[in-house]
Amino acid sequence: MSTTFDLQALLRESGVAGVLDELDRELIGLAPVKMRIREIASLLVVDKARAELGVRGAKPSLHMCFTGNPGTGKTTVATRMATILHRLGHVRKGHLIAVTRDDLVGQYIGHTAPKTREVLKRAMGGVLFIDEAYYLYRPENERDYGLEAIEILMQVMENQRDDLVVIFAGYKSRMDTFFQSNPGLSSRVAHHIDFPDYSVEELEAIAGLMVRELGLELSPEGRGALAQYLRLRREQPNFANARSVRNALDRARLRQARRLLDAGRVDRQMLTTLEAADFLASRVFAAARTPPAPKEAAC
Amino acid sequence: MRITQGTFSFLPDLTDEQIAKQIAYALAQNWAVSVEFTDDPHPRNTYWEMWGMPMFDLADPAGVMEEIRACHKAHPDCYVKLNAFDSTRGFETMRLSFMVHRPPVEARFRLRREETAGRLIRYTLERA
Repeated sequence: MSTTFDLQALLRESGVAGVLDELDRELIGLAPVKMRIREIASLLVVDKARAELGVRGAKPSLHMCFTGNPGTGKTTVATRMATILHRLGHVRKGHLIAVTRDDLVGQYIGHTAPKTREVLKRAMGGVLFIDEAYYLYRPENERDYGLEAIEILMQVMENQRDDLVVIFAGYKSRMDTFFQSNPGLSSRVAHHIDFPDYSVEELEAIAGLMVRELGLELSPEGRGALAQYLRLRREQPNFANARSVRNALDRARLRQARRLLDAGRVDRQMLTTLEAADFLASRVFAAARTPPAPKEAAC
Repeated sequence: MRITQGTFSFLPDLTDEQIAKQIAYALAQNWAVSVEFTDDPHPRNTYWEMWGMPMFDLADPAGVMEEIRACHKAHPDCYVKLNAFDSTRGFETMRLSFMVHRPPVEARFRLRREETAGRLIRYTLERA
């Protein structure tokens, strides 16, 4: 008689199903990303079942690369990834260490190796998230210490797969050049996940979530104005997806505060509602009326 | 002569797995772990060489194990020990310290006898 496994039950037991559902609920859009995460989670569950039967395969390599424009949720997903990998027993602790070039690369000869190793040690048992990873490699300066950091990274990624998972993140085009110039690194990163830009509807949904988190609400006109704002802002330079939404809301709160102070007496309703005027005062609308926009960021 | 010092001196040498578990315990207590080595394991020699800086903010023993291995590899003829420092006010001291590696040929000591004033005999440990 052969033993049978209820994989779904295994998934539930590990508590990963909860994280995946949370991911679906709290992260809007990002369908390809969620799909990929589900696949990775399934792979780990199946591996777990295999291990219980005594079929011991090598642990899969789960180093990843997240590419996408700013504000598409790369860091947020990385944090969730750490939790998922921890629940499925792929990493022992499940913490996330987020670093950039400055944390890895030293300033003089002999400074880089200890610095990189220090960071790697802190990340052991969890996930190392390298934001804007392409800055590690600067081809224009051949004496740059970035290469040294990359070499140490590669060595640890290969030899200590069980101890940590490395996630690289950055803009798509620049990450592509980065991997082209470091083929060794590219072959060690098994999962390349691309984060698509959000559509206007998705941005509105994100704004809705953020407003609720702030304990505020939008008046119907405010909702319309915000949608209009997002549509215009999306076309302008330096648009950073969800981050731009957050900034827009922060500035709307500033304007709301001033409006309320001017009004003098306020009630609960007024205190918690963002009105259309709070958004319409934005420079984005002014810039849209006068097309030759200046080069500086429209905020 | 098998030299013993520190917390688990009465036990046989710990295996890597056991060492990792001790480190995990120390890290869970928020103690800063450090690695030291010496070629002079005299019981009165409290100043061993530091192998790198003490390690703060670690979550997992893998990093420390890596350092222990590196230290042992660089100094195969030295003793290596692991310290865990508790910075809590009131303690501010080592809470755990034990040897993790010893050289293949151990240091030997002998008891030296010295006659001083008034035929008084003094004894001291000396590296043989």
